[in-house]
Amino acid sequence: MTPDLPAADRAAERPGARGLLWVVARREMAVKLRDRAFIVSGVVMLVLIGAALVVPALLAGGPDRVAVLDARTAAVVEATGAEAVTTSSDDEATAAVRSGDVDAAVLPDAGSPTELRVVALESVSSVLVLGVSEASPVELLEPAEADPLVAVFAPLAFGVLFMTTSLLFGLSIAQSVVEEKQTCVVEILVAAVPVRTLLAGKVVGAAVLAIAQTAVLAAVALGGLALSGRADALPAELLPSLATAVGWYVPFFVAGFLLLAGMWAVAGALVSRIEDLGSTTTPVQLVVMLPFFATVFVNSPGPALTALSFVPFSAPVAMPVRMVLEGGVPLWQPLTALALLVVGAVAVVLVAARLYEGSLLRTGGTTSLRQAWRRR
Amino acid sequence: MLQLDHVRRSFGGRTALDDVSFDVADGRLTGFVGANGAGKTTTMRIVLGVLAADSGEVRWDGSPLGDEVRRRFGYMPEERGLYPKMTVVDQLVYLARLHGVGRAAARHRSLEVLDRLGLVDRARDTLDSLSLGNQQRVQIAAALVHEPRMLVLDEPFSGLDPIAVDVVVAVLRERASTGVPVLFSSHQLDVVERLCDDLVVIADGTVRAAGPRHELQARFARARWRIVVDDDAGWLRDQPGVTVVELDGPVALVELAAGTDDQAVLAAGLRHGPVRSFHPVLPRLAEIFEEVVR
Repeated sequence: MTPDLPAADRAAERPGARGLLWVVARREMAVKLRDRAFIVSGVVMLVLIGAALVVPALLAGGPDRVAVLDARTAAVVEATGAEAVTTSSDDEATAAVRSGDVDAAVLPDAGSPTELRVVALESVSSVLVLGVSEASPVELLEPAEADPLVAVFAPLAFGVLFMTTSLLFGLSIAQSVVEEKQTCVVEILVAAVPVRTLLAGKVVGAAVLAIAQTAVLAAVALGGLALSGRADALPAELLPSLATAVGWYVPFFVAGFLLLAGMWAVAGALVSRIEDLGSTTTPVQLVVMLPFFATVFVNSPGPALTALSFVPFSAPVAMPVRMVLEGGVPLWQPLTALALLVVGAVAVVLVAARLYEGSLLRTGGTTSLRQAWRRR
Repeated sequence: MLQLDHVRRSFGGRTALDDVSFDVADGRLTGFVGANGAGKTTTMRIVLGVLAADSGEVRWDGSPLGDEVRRRFGYMPEERGLYPKMTVVDQLVYLARLHGVGRAAARHRSLEVLDRLGLVDRARDTLDSLSLGNQQRVQIAAALVHEPRMLVLDEPFSGLDPIAVDVVVAVLRERASTGVPVLFSSHQLDVVERLCDDLVVIADGTVRAAGPRHELQARFARARWRIVVDDDAGWLRDQPGVTVVELDGPVALVELAAGTDDQAVLAAGLRHGPVRSFHPVLPRLAEIFEEVVR
């Protein structure tokens, strides 16, 4: 009740059109961050990732100690990540294995093709055996284009990441829209804020959280890899293409998220009750999941994967996957695919804004797309 | 001052508003009455920009009402609703921010308006933990929190207990006294009669009467007089030019035909015995309403 407050004083902190967007976005984030289900699922996901990476390393209990007789063998053993312990004779080494002082011994053996044999008590690390056998040079006449393991792993990793993030946060956009409709608070909001600002605020709020969650998951995964010493386990020649793919994933993810966010918001605005949300979100869920499955099934470089990497809905997954599997994707290709995706996202968001505007105030039942397209 | 100028709106061929024009003057409480479906809510939604008009214009101080001014309006929609899981103070701060109030001021004013409505001790409770009556008060707080330049309240008294009605009436008067135009609809005509300075009567999408309440009452006054005598007032039936509207022993309501001298009726009464009271009666709002919507 201070109508005489100086005008300048009032204007000082007043949010402008963009400020308004952030006011909306901040509420969306605050609500989500206080949502117990969201926190619990996030923590569970982090724990699972961390556990998958760190627990095996902890169970292994430090590097194996391996007894050797000479420096050449010590080098071979150390290349496998184990610790070499020099002993003076076969018998001493064998005794050390028996006493449990060392986990294994690598001793000269004229009868073996590598001129080495591995001595162990009950079982032996396969890494050590492989390391010892690989001491001889290997020549591949026709190396495979992509490691078969990586070919399965890369699409899954990018696909699962994109799919779960856009499903989780997309659904929360839709729920937040219906909640405002169901509780009728929307009429006050629409009277105060342009409908597009409201929509933009919701999308931005969800996008910021989605990006933050992705970043945290990535940090935990990378940190876990470093901690467990498994980063070395990745084939060295893969690292540059993996880094490129991750770098490109960021803009693709942001644009792809916007593309879907518009559709989620419309799905929410079309119904009046949270119970009816399923009927309008199912098509959007399909649009999220089909490209994921397509990319996972087409997990080898070829025309199909190339095509998928240009289609806006599958590009955020398929393009980074191609970069991992193929290595040198020409620069114009991700640029074109990203441009297509951005154009697609802008088009969808514009259509979505109009549909959102047209359906937001229709309470009672489910609004058809045609009704929503009409003016209020 | 808010002005509606020849506003029309139809929904799929059905005319909801037909050439609606009226003013809501600064510092005055304007009551907006009409039956269900008469067009009150549609009119208010057009003022707030929630709906668009097919034709016609809404003006603020003479120029077309734009979004910047409109954002400073306070609105209480007919369909009540806030965020059930948010605390009372948090949603008021949020709504104040959306209406363009700075962060620090938003918090300060939220607590201030809650204090005024007697809810400050519930500020940190979530809305859904409040009784329905208190939720209604929060709804009113939501319309007031940003110190609106204009108030538009759709049925603000429905769902309120009598004490809350008095509190809200006092707050609305207080706001109007600072120069804010207030437009409120109600079907409780007695409350409107008690509260409003100006009146707009709407029926079937057209304005049937609009103007200061006293003027309207005078215009629709039908030369009615109330007379109180000591014993039975039945003799009034025999007076020329007098129609008895109500008669209950010594108390009667009469209507005088044009040209009948009220002092002659009083003199006739005095001839029958003492007259305790004799005064003209202004029509009640309900009567005006019945007459203009007929």
